[in-house]
Parts: sequence; C-alpha cells; structure tokens
Amino acid sequence: MKHERSMDRRQFLKGTVGAASIVALSGCDNLTQSAWFPSILNKAEKLTERVQRAVTPANALAKEYGEADISRVFPANGNTDPGTEAYAKHLAQNFAEWSLDIVGLVQTPTSWSLAAIRELPARMQITRHDCVEGWSAIGKWTGVPLGDLMHKVQPLSTSQYAVFHCADVDDEGLPYYESMAIQDCYHPQTILAYELNGAPLDIQHGAPLRLRFERQLGYKHAKYVMRIELVESLSGIGGGKGGYWEDQGYEWYAGI
Amino acid sequence: MASPIQSEEAIDQREEILSISEPPAPLVQSDLTDQPAPSPPAIERVYRHRLLVRISHWLNFPCLIILIMSGLQIFNAHPALYWGDRSDREQPLLSIRPMQTESGEMKGVTTILGRQFDTTGVLGYSNGSGRAFPAWATVPSARWLAMGRQWHLFFAWVFVINGLLFMAYALISRHVTRDLTPTGKDLRGIGKAVKNHLLFRRAVGEEAKRYNVLQKLTYAGILFVVAPLIALTGLTMSPMIDTAFPWLLAIFGGRQGARTIHFIACFSFVGFIVIHVIQVILTGFFNNIRSMITGWFVVRHEHGGASHEA
Repeated sequence: MKHERSMDRRQFLKGTVGAASIVALSGCDNLTQSAWFPSILNKAEKLTERVQRAVTPANALAKEYGEADISRVFPANGNTDPGTEAYAKHLAQNFAEWSLDIVGLVQTPTSWSLAAIRELPARMQITRHDCVEGWSAIGKWTGVPLGDLMHKVQPLSTSQYAVFHCADVDDEGLPYYESMAIQDCYHPQTILAYELNGAPLDIQHGAPLRLRFERQLGYKHAKYVMRIELVESLSGIGGGKGGYWEDQGYEWYAGI
Repeated sequence: MASPIQSEEAIDQREEILSISEPPAPLVQSDLTDQPAPSPPAIERVYRHRLLVRISHWLNFPCLIILIMSGLQIFNAHPALYWGDRSDREQPLLSIRPMQTESGEMKGVTTILGRQFDTTGVLGYSNGSGRAFPAWATVPSARWLAMGRQWHLFFAWVFVINGLLFMAYALISRHVTRDLTPTGKDLRGIGKAVKNHLLFRRAVGEEAKRYNVLQKLTYAGILFVVAPLIALTGLTMSPMIDTAFPWLLAIFGGRQGARTIHFIACFSFVGFIVIHVIQVILTGFFNNIRSMITGWFVVRHEHGGASHEA
C-alpha cells in the first residue's frame, strides 16, 4: 500500500514536472514569436542602461591588467575577414590608401590616413574583452583615443550618436556597422586601436583599425572601421537599431 | 510562520467553518506517519503566510523558472566554465560539448575538472543537435542567444526588485528574526531534525506551526546567501558594473569566476526548487498550496494534547 502510493507519487511528480516544462516552454516560445511580448522584454534594456549609467562615474576606468595576464590566444568572433575586393586591395597595399573619415554633424569633417593616425598621441591599455557569448580574453591594445579626434572635428550640439561604418559585409552583403552614444566617445579608454599585443592588427582582429569600447560587450567593438558618422538619430541607418548585431536582436546598450 | 497568539474564540470559529467545509481526513494527510490515530485529530487553522510573502512567493515562481531556462540558453552560447578573468579554452573547469566518435557517431561529452562523462541525449548532444543543454531546458527552446538574453535580463529585474522588497519586508516585519532565524534549541536539535527528514517523519501539532531547523537554515541560506550571490555574480559579468564596483571582480575570482559561481548558484536554486516541491507534495500538498494562496494553514493536533514526537 505504502509502496504503491509512493509509486503514484513518483508518477505524479514526473507527470507534473513534464507537463509544467512543456507548458512553460511552449508558452515561452509562443510569447517569443508574438509581436507584442518581445517589445515588453525590451523595456529592460533602457532601465538597465539608466541604472548602470547612474551608478557608474562617467570616466570610471575598466580594469587594466599586467603583461602576464594577456591571453595566449585571443579568439576572433564575427567576421574574421571582410573578403571584399576593395578590402583585398587595401590589404595588398598594406593599408597605405586606407583613411578614417569623421563626417556628419561636425564642425570640421576630417580625414586621416593610417600613417597620420599612428602619429597622434597613442594610448596603450591591457584590458579584458567580454564576449556576449560568455568568454573573456585579455589583450594589449594600442590606438588613438577617440576623444582626441572628437576635439578636432567638434561635434555639433545636435549630434547624439557616433556611427561606425566598417569595411566588412555579411554573407548576404549587409554592411557591418555599430554605434555609441557621443558621451562614450570621450571615455579615456575608448580608442581606435591599430595594434594588438605590440603587433599591427591582423585581419581577424580588425586590421587596420578597430574600435575598443571597454565598458561594453565585444560585439560593440567594431572592426575594419573606415568612417565615423555623427548623427542625431539611428533610425535611418541599416535596420534602424544602431548596429549590425542590434538589427539581429541584440541590445544596443551592451553594458551587461 | 505561526501567529503565536490566537484567541480561543477565533480558533473555535475557524474549527466550525472548517468542519463544514472539510471532511475530517483529506487524502494527503497521515499517509506517512503510518500511525493509526486513536480518534479524530483536533484541527486548528493558523494564518501562516502574510499577503506580501504570498505575492512575493508566486512572483518568484515564474521568475526563477524563466531565469534558469534562459540562463541555460545563454550558457549554451559558450558551454564552458573557468576561474579568473580569462577563459583559457584549454583548461576549463567544466565543459559540455558535442564530439564525433571514430565511427562518425555523435555524442555529448561533459568534462568536469578533466574527467570526461558520456552524457549523450541530455548534455552536449540531444535530439540530433549538438548543444550543451537540451531544447526542453532552455528558453527559447531553439538556439537563440539574443532572445535568451532578453528574457533573462527582463526577469532578472523582476526577480531583483521582488527580492529587495521581500527582504525589506521580511526584516521590518521581523519575519526573519521570528520565523527564519534558528534558535539555540533549534540548532542543538539539528541531528534529530536530519533523522526525522531521512525517515520522512512529519511534524504535527505545535511543531507544525513553525519552520523546523532545516527549513529555517534552507530558507535563510537561499535568502541571504544564494540569492544575493546569484544577483551579484550576475552583475560582475557586466563590464560596465565592473568599472563602478571593481571589488566585485576581486571577491568573485574574476569575471569568469563570477560566471562559474553564477552557474553553481543557479543549480543550488534548481536543487532547492526540486526539494521544496517534493516537500510540498509530501507534507500535505493541498494544505501547503492553500496556505501559500490564502494564508491559512491547517494544523492537526494528536488527540489529547499538542505534544508531538514525530
């Protein structure tokens, strides 16, 4: 009798857990597919951004590590080779013709050659790269602080975002781009890097110039940067969400 | 959470109501004590869970399920754990990966501290696809990191806000000191409590009105250790928060250490939920569920006194 009851109970428990899991899952999957629910989930992003910015001093620095902490292998994600004809040509010329343009809502639109960028005062930082997938790698980056370039071009007061246009395209030909708030351009560790671990950037890590945006996740760190456009709104660019990955459903604010 | 002082009349009234609405022996009662009751037991209703506790409890239920399942979705994007700030891929503490055998067959391999286990069908390879946790355990069920993060980060807010409100209420209302803090007597009786649990003996009478020492330690441990740990290690994975509170990295063994602790705390919650639900079923399912919905819990006294030696 007692044994039978405990069997019943086990069966009941199994059934309950199984049913609950199926209900929960199909419920969640239905909600995920619906038009309205993800837009509610989305509200958390703005809240997270507001709270995180409120508790974090504007110029608080990401932890900088020592040489001994550098990852032996620094993984490369996303596009590891732009693969376009134009890029191949730049590569063959060792990026001699590459230029970085800052345009849009600025007083003085400016263009720099790679050589000119390398002559500007540089910042070297050993920082941790946090991928949205969960892994972290530590590397030594050398580049020009974006804030220095901003002081030269003088953003107009209407500019809200800096949009980074990149040389790479995805399998369907969609160009890669990213964006950050103007205030983040002036963070001391926001640099356009041209060296990783003391050597010129290789192709998979974004040669010849890539963004380091140390307080946000890796997908914000645009590689193969050609042009920075200052804009008031992100809505007219790409899918309108502010970046290639954002257009695929990732958060624009990638502080967590 | 017994309300210690009940007026006799109030109890009498409730007994009357109860005797109308409920037959003397509900099916979930007295099937494990296995001791024939000499005569029908006296019934007392106690107001066990206050409204805010009940609301908070039922908010936690969907939150935890969704946080766990969407967390496993996020974990699947990089199914390995490490210690420190770097993820050196050649030396994970744990990894769950699909692997191809020499015969070309796929299997799931879970590696814990260098030791390999074949977990085909559940971990690493399940239902014809290479994924760490199977589709039935993740939200969404398909591999979809961006959506998993959206679920996770939304319900993390609900869970944290609910948790903070509950914590404040529990401290101010003295729920913590009165009901959750083990007394010296409780702690001295811990051996007996463990034995009672192992023998599936249930408290009755006065003893059933309050939490036993293992319940107190478990609830307090979840509330003051596991829940804060899971929230703080979650925040330590935020590169932005790390710049505001760099000490987080130091106390949790780096960002990857925090990720590992987050994972362990998650499975502490899983273990807690499993045991909690089993206990709810074993100790009077309907009485327990009713008390968490209406607040009212029924206590049975052995005939002839409130003493209990179960």
